[in-house]
Amino acid sequence: MLALRDITCVRNGRRIFAGASCSVAPGQLLRVQGANGAGKTSLLRVICGLLAPTQGEALWGGQNIASLREEFGRQLIYLGHAAALKDDLSPLENLLTAHALGGQALMPAQARQALGLAGLRGHEDTLVRRLSQGQRRRSALARLVHGHHAPLWVLDEPFTALDAAAATWLANLIRTRVQAGGMVVLTSHQDVDIPGVSQVVLAL
Amino acid sequence: MITALYCIFARDLRLALRRRSDTLAAMIFFVLVVSLFPLGVGPEPALLRTMAAGVVWVAALLASMLSLSRLFADDHQDGTLEQLLLSAHPLPVLVFGKMAAHWIGSGLLLVLIAPVLALQYDLSAGACGVLVLSLLLGTPVLSLIGAIGAALTVGLRGASVLLSLLVLPLSVPILVFGAGAVEAYGAGMSYTGHLSLLGALLAVALVAAPVVVAAALRIALD
Repeated sequence: MLALRDITCVRNGRRIFAGASCSVAPGQLLRVQGANGAGKTSLLRVICGLLAPTQGEALWGGQNIASLREEFGRQLIYLGHAAALKDDLSPLENLLTAHALGGQALMPAQARQALGLAGLRGHEDTLVRRLSQGQRRRSALARLVHGHHAPLWVLDEPFTALDAAAATWLANLIRTRVQAGGMVVLTSHQDVDIPGVSQVVLAL
Repeated sequence: MITALYCIFARDLRLALRRRSDTLAAMIFFVLVVSLFPLGVGPEPALLRTMAAGVVWVAALLASMLSLSRLFADDHQDGTLEQLLLSAHPLPVLVFGKMAAHWIGSGLLLVLIAPVLALQYDLSAGACGVLVLSLLLGTPVLSLIGAIGAALTVGLRGASVLLSLLVLPLSVPILVFGAGAVEAYGAGMSYTGHLSLLGALLAVALVAAPVVVAAALRIALD
């Protein structure tokens, strides 16, 4: 259970947003919407515990997220604005590292399968610097294929730079996760229409 | 936890191998600086012998600064630093893996090449051995202290200048004891005191630096 209580965020003396409150139960999707600069990314960073809110608190299972640290890290998959890929490593190496850090070590065969599902078959061992924007995005999203151990996914603009096929694939991943009792928080400029998923919308 | 430590360590070593030019740049800088001194000062063996340790140590200090600013800056830029902070493993452990890989890619290489460079200064085999020992104990401390500065300045503009200003004063004791050990050996005195102090600094830094770096990173990314 994720709860945001009256969160206010002030950066460099400027108030970005104030009084953001909502709660997300297992099996729900939270969509954060707002114009550019409305503080969507800041809110996601607060939810991850990377950013301390100026006021209010973010709670995970009733406990303050900032104090949970590694325990929370095990239950979270965060895909931020930057893809978190190393340019000089292959998608396979990147994926294995990401899973090891998340506390869910993956066999290389499983990682190859995940990358294949993400549409990167044949590119598993190409250096990330040689991939296109969309392929990088897919490479980062491949982490979600074996991400069922994490009850909370936090995704910053996951649908950007994806083609129609990849967007459908991602929507399916999200739906499967939510229907299996997971929680997904995402920001998106477009309307996200994932049938069969109950959405909570938080407008900043 | 050990697998995560190894994973980060192996990842950073692999990255250093794939970007050899950065690693080599620090090495070439070290070789050039140490080699220029005998040319500038002149071929006076007695003079060269007395300044050898100081020159090698100052060059090692400056060379290790070169790669330091990128220790966390690269990870910060591509978003992997956030993933480290959100990992299921304690941040100090992961940071330790990064620092170990950084030392192997910079400090250890300097230690290995130092005896060859010391030939230009007509150092005896014994003095050479003490120099290598002092570097072996001292360069990890440089990496550990440097990492604190790198973590504090991550994401700032002009970070590398600020980093030098922060780290160089803190490195002075290592320089003094490191070069002092070789001088003491040359003067026929006991050098174990210097090396013990370097060892003590290393022990303190090994325990304290990862925790401090982890705290600094959390502040820097807030």
